[in-house]
Amino acid sequence: MQRYITIRFLQSLLALFVMSMIVFSLARMTGDPLDVLLPMEAGEGERERVAKHWGLDRPLYEQYFVFLGKALRGDFGNSWKWQGHTAMGLVLERMPATLQLAGFALVISVVLALPFGVLTAVWRDTLFDSVGKIFAILGQSLPGFWLGIVLMWIFAVMLGWLPTSGRGGIRYMILPAVCLGWFQVATTMRLIRSSMLDVLDSEFVKLTRIKGIPEWKVVWKHCLRNAAITPLTYFAISAGALIIGSVIIESVFAWPGTGLLAVDAVRARDFQVVQAIVIVFAAVFILANLLVDILYAYIDPRIRYQ
Amino acid sequence: MALAIPQRVPWYMAPLRLLRAIFQVRQFPGVAMAILVFLLVIPGLFAEWIAPHDPIKGSLAARLKPPMWAPGGSTTYPLGTDKVGRDILSRIIYGARVSLRVSLEAIIVSGFIGTTLGLMAGYFGGRIDGFIMRMVDISLGLPIILVALVFVSVPAFGPSLTTLVTVISVLLWARYARQIRGETLSIKERDFIARARVAGASHFRIMFRYLLPNVVNTLIVLATLQVGFVIIFESSLSFLGAGIPRPTPAWGLMVADGRELIVTAWWISMFPGLAIMLTVLSFNLVRDWLRDHLDPKLKNV
Repeated sequence: MQRYITIRFLQSLLALFVMSMIVFSLARMTGDPLDVLLPMEAGEGERERVAKHWGLDRPLYEQYFVFLGKALRGDFGNSWKWQGHTAMGLVLERMPATLQLAGFALVISVVLALPFGVLTAVWRDTLFDSVGKIFAILGQSLPGFWLGIVLMWIFAVMLGWLPTSGRGGIRYMILPAVCLGWFQVATTMRLIRSSMLDVLDSEFVKLTRIKGIPEWKVVWKHCLRNAAITPLTYFAISAGALIIGSVIIESVFAWPGTGLLAVDAVRARDFQVVQAIVIVFAAVFILANLLVDILYAYIDPRIRYQ
Repeated sequence: MALAIPQRVPWYMAPLRLLRAIFQVRQFPGVAMAILVFLLVIPGLFAEWIAPHDPIKGSLAARLKPPMWAPGGSTTYPLGTDKVGRDILSRIIYGARVSLRVSLEAIIVSGFIGTTLGLMAGYFGGRIDGFIMRMVDISLGLPIILVALVFVSVPAFGPSLTTLVTVISVLLWARYARQIRGETLSIKERDFIARARVAGASHFRIMFRYLLPNVVNTLIVLATLQVGFVIIFESSLSFLGAGIPRPTPAWGLMVADGRELIVTAWWISMFPGLAIMLTVLSFNLVRDWLRDHLDPKLKNV
């Protein structure tokens, strides 16, 4: 088990390293930072002085290692757009809002997808199952940003039940979280259904039934436990997807999280902030996958001893 | 005499039956195909002849007109106009062209790269395989939207159709490569490959004349699998202002235009969004049908 965790951990580090390299070179391609820092009419001397100050006069690989060393300490430099803030400081400041939203969306998706996934499998080929299927196909076809606007129009503008945008109490969170979790509910539900169908069909389930265990216990305990492995990985992947999806949903609802910050930073060509966000998001994404693999190995002992 | 006795059907079953007929994947998805033809293909190809108005030049006298069935609407602008007086219907018709082009180009480019690399990885194995598969892992692990945002803000590219296609292809090729590699691994063990080798066929010839025809079904299903994703992705990026540049009529951009006017003019966002949804929905239905008929083993992709 320990060996497995170590290997997976090292792999995750490698992925993060590659990611940092990609981010660095992509960010450098977004244009000569000097053009953003300096006015158009700046002279050569001025350019050199500023380049020296920001370390832009050194070779690119050297700039990368400086970047990496600092990044490891959480230092991505100062923001260019938001004067007086460090890039990491901005990300950390906005992070709670994003985590809150993504967490709420994840809860919604688990709470909805789990029972509906199991029930559509138990009651397969009934009306309930067809409705579930229609819901799933719709869920995969709706663009999140448009769903956000439609929900906003219905619940905030026409009915006036919920606020249109911004951050406040739990009422502000409902619409964005539903939009964010919508796609996950649709996909996870189908995933749970198909793995439940496999398990419901297996021999050991017949045995539990023969032993006279009540049907609800067969379904919710014995079957679900075995069927949960595939959806479990998906939940972690969806944790990553929710964080990434927050970029779009946060701009729809003007939710002041990291996603909105990312869009603003890219528009303002604020390298430092973009780097910080992408690295932090990638780290969360990769960490989520690592956690799942460990959890996976914990549930299914066969994986550990490979 | 056996008369068919009309069964009492509860009132709520009628729309559900209709929906069920539409969503029935075992049968040929005729409705979905029809939607695709009338919403995407015909408008995309013949926008100039169909669209009643100019998609870019609006008339300021006709700003924020509601759709024709709402009070104050007229048949001149069937789906209303936006804040600079552009006809929504015409813009949706021209927008189909953007969606059609982006999805076709992105899928062909990424399919080409992904298939070639997937065939190479599966056929040669060893180090080449290891290297390509690491690239695949990294590519699949990237936070797509963020990478796209960073890419699009590179001045050398700038937001344009070409950039969009490049970005989507860079991110999508891995899905093809992984699937095609898996198939190639099992096909290359078959006798006819060994015989072709003995007969002196080159590696290149074996890959493209012997292996490729055997993965074509998978390829078609994979391609239709991606279309819905590409259309949603393109419109999301356009919505964020990082996809198709204004004033080109793209569905995602139109939804974005209507966001701030949602209180007064709901129709600006509503109809282009419906167009996206119907297109993606239809593609997903066609895809399910194709998968069941061409390549049932892709069920879990």
